[in-house]
Amino acid sequence: MSAIAKYFYNIFHSLYTVVVGMKITFPHLFTRSATVQYPTVKMKIPERARNRLYVNIDDCIGCDQCAMACPVDCITIETIKSTPDVDLGLTSKNTKKRLYIPRFDIDIAKCCYCGLCVWPCPTECIVMTDVYEFSEFDRQNLIYSFSNMTEDEVGAATARLKKYEEEQAAKKAAAKATSTPPATGTAVSPLPTPVQKSEPPTK
Amino acid sequence: MQDTSMLQPPTLPTNYTVKHGHIRTSTGKTVRTEEMIINMGPQHPSTHGVLRLEIVVDGEIIVECIPHIGYLHRCFEKHCEHMTNYQQVIPYVDRMDYCSAMTNEWAFALAVERLLKIEVPERVEYIRVIMAELQRIASHLIAVGTYGIDSGAFTPFLYTFIDREKILDLFEMTCGARLLYNYIWIGGLSHDLPPKFIEQAKDFISYFRPRIKMLNDLLSYNEIFVKRTANVGVLPKDVAINYAVSGPQLRGSGVNWDLRRDDPYSVYHKLNWEPQIGKGEMGTVGDCWDRHIVRMREMEQSLNLVEQALSTLPEGNIQAAIPKRIRPEKDAEIYVRSESSRGELGFYIISDGTASPYRVKARGPAFVNLSVLPEIAKGAMIADLVLIAGSIDIVLGEVDR
Amino acid sequence: MEFIQSILANELIVAIILSLLPLFFIIIYALIVLYTEMKVAAHIQDRVAYMRTGWHGVLQPIADMVKLLQKEDIIPAHADKLLFRMAPFIAFIGTYAAYAVLPFSSIYIGSNINVGVFFLVAMGSLVVIGILMAGWASNNKWSLFGGVRSAAQMVSYEIPTALAIIIVVMITGSLNLQEITKFQEGGIGHWIVFGGPLPWNQKLILMPFTFITFLIVFVASIAEVNRTPFDLPEAESELVQGFNTEYSGMRFAMFYLSEYANLFTVSAVVVALFLGGWSSPFGTLMSGPVWGIFWFVLKAYLFVFIQIWIRWTLPRLRVDQLMYVSWKVLTPWLFVCLLAVGFILVN
Repeated sequence: MSAIAKYFYNIFHSLYTVVVGMKITFPHLFTRSATVQYPTVKMKIPERARNRLYVNIDDCIGCDQCAMACPVDCITIETIKSTPDVDLGLTSKNTKKRLYIPRFDIDIAKCCYCGLCVWPCPTECIVMTDVYEFSEFDRQNLIYSFSNMTEDEVGAATARLKKYEEEQAAKKAAAKATSTPPATGTAVSPLPTPVQKSEPPTK
Repeated sequence: MQDTSMLQPPTLPTNYTVKHGHIRTSTGKTVRTEEMIINMGPQHPSTHGVLRLEIVVDGEIIVECIPHIGYLHRCFEKHCEHMTNYQQVIPYVDRMDYCSAMTNEWAFALAVERLLKIEVPERVEYIRVIMAELQRIASHLIAVGTYGIDSGAFTPFLYTFIDREKILDLFEMTCGARLLYNYIWIGGLSHDLPPKFIEQAKDFISYFRPRIKMLNDLLSYNEIFVKRTANVGVLPKDVAINYAVSGPQLRGSGVNWDLRRDDPYSVYHKLNWEPQIGKGEMGTVGDCWDRHIVRMREMEQSLNLVEQALSTLPEGNIQAAIPKRIRPEKDAEIYVRSESSRGELGFYIISDGTASPYRVKARGPAFVNLSVLPEIAKGAMIADLVLIAGSIDIVLGEVDR
Repeated sequence: MEFIQSILANELIVAIILSLLPLFFIIIYALIVLYTEMKVAAHIQDRVAYMRTGWHGVLQPIADMVKLLQKEDIIPAHADKLLFRMAPFIAFIGTYAAYAVLPFSSIYIGSNINVGVFFLVAMGSLVVIGILMAGWASNNKWSLFGGVRSAAQMVSYEIPTALAIIIVVMITGSLNLQEITKFQEGGIGHWIVFGGPLPWNQKLILMPFTFITFLIVFVASIAEVNRTPFDLPEAESELVQGFNTEYSGMRFAMFYLSEYANLFTVSAVVVALFLGGWSSPFGTLMSGPVWGIFWFVLKAYLFVFIQIWIRWTLPRLRVDQLMYVSWKVLTPWLFVCLLAVGFILVN
């Protein structure tokens, strides 16, 4: 196309595309808006939504699987073993609970909402709810404590455990005194050995 | 009399020395001219994220452009070494290229699966294709929308985001999250498709096809937009290959290279689609308009892929049989690459025999694509620089990791 | 009562009141156009804008005004203080002075001078000075860019405006805006954009040229006001806010006010020159002094609406493309129209 023809073509083509663009945007003035007036109107959340965590502490058996699965280490669990004379009850799936849980903290500000803690829980006590409006003014309020043991209960449980262990140790000492000493060389350590990280592969 | 000594421009930490010139005026005196160093700082409405561009300008023409990155570095690769198992790495990989999380997860899962030599069921492959292609559409919608804003058209951005909401609704229905999914797991998927997914996805397909045409009419073929982007930021074929760019940027320069066809993985070879290449319709091959139209056309192709995958979806498991503790053998290493929305996303994993990886290195496409910016920005105007940076379509999460 | 009569008898006070009337008009109009722009922008983008202050947000512009009034007055440390303070006022003065010659109605015009049109173009140049001052005084490289670009743009788009005005002056034979409007009285067929109140054979040949002139003036008017697609001086995605970057609070409000006032001014000029000003399109039906104000404001507002509509549709032009449009497209076409109109009128 010669320069003059190109010049005229450019002008008319520009005007044409401008009019096409304006023709596209004008009908949108009369269509319904795509937004809703939050917070008076809220969108519906699907059932699989992954929002704030909730722990049903009555079902928790203190296995620590969720804390180990968390990639950002936002769950902190402390447990105290219970003694055989105490019955902590059953979970909703009829498994026996054997641990007191004095501390079950989730730092919901650290949580990355990946849902990896939900899968390994054997009793399905940690779930992701559909609550997404939980902002606070103070960051300390975002550390959720799910445990419902009071200080006295924690003290009582620790004392009971200590007493039980002392009794067991005394019983073992008495049993050792009356029986023959076992053969040497087969001592079994009660604690598992820590995992050794192997040497980095040499290239 | 004002104290002008303080009106010096502050010295920026750069090793560029500014060139001087002289202009002779009609009275015989000479006026000293100097190039100006401008900082398009980390906070700027148009650099897509926290990217600092140091520009040396002569009037409005750019002489030199030096990008500074690292403002979003989150030590992702170091974190991966301290995870207790490979599955925990997936949420971290999500957050690298946060606009296109499904393709990230898939690349990493592919790497680990090839390392362990696991075969995934057919259904898993098809669902992964559907999710990745929907994610590609969503990511390109962001790219196109923000490109419109960079060039001054504010409306296409909102139209693309309305469409993107529908895709995110599909994702939320399946895995529960809208942006960072943790859906594609090693050996399979976390959830199966919910019952309403196929119907809603088909609705989306029929809704979205005319919208692509509308976006093209509103933005891509608008003469003002064409004049802004054609012949601007031309990336020649050989320069692109030498700088190792990939993805729509490479295809915009005329190179027919798409990892889904040339280094195939999953079921792409069974589906009917074509990689889109820039042909220089409105200007030179490899200019900004070519890259933009490659993205628009790739959205159409992804839509075709989703349609085909939905219609041929087989039944089956969603999780392969993988060991409870993923423990590759000692000194095993692998590099696997896949086609993410931005280009070739590769993961290089070295294992030392334990349950957590020894080293995970991510080859981010946005990082490599950004390296070509100083080359193609020389000689452009400042107004063009914004468009050139926008057409590279970087996401700083991937550049800095 | 006598007090009011004594005031009205004093010529000076009457003159001051009459010259303040456009100020009240500008303030009320600025609130309305602010609301319109936000709502039109929102509905084009499939969302709704203000909904909470008042019914559907009608009180929001007042809230914005109050917010801007109570903001802290920040001047950058090494800015040129005198120029920084003066710049918004000069920009507003240039805009407001143009209101003196706009014919709102057959009985009201601020100042019925014989060179009204010439005065308008001159006052438009005053705004350029204000913007340049703002860009320079901010001591900010990006603002400087914005100011310089804006100066180049506004100066080069005054040429097409002036040429188009010459064409209209040739047809009507007067530089006085009130005379030009009276020339177009008598219904829609007498408007200059459709050829003017001339015999039909002359009109038919004249109409294409006046229509093209009208389009060109409309495009130039968008450029005069620094709006997309010509809003490079305040290009939000490149220069953060261009020459406006360092301004906050009431000074920013002055620039904003002057931009919206300018919007009305250029629309009003287009309306007065080409679309019959305050005359009713139906001839004698619905015409009269008070109806005149209604028609004038309605027609000008229609063009304001079209400018808002264009702003939210199109991308922006680059600086050199802007110059290309002005010098290589608008001006040559106007010269052709000028010659053609002159030729037709002579014969």
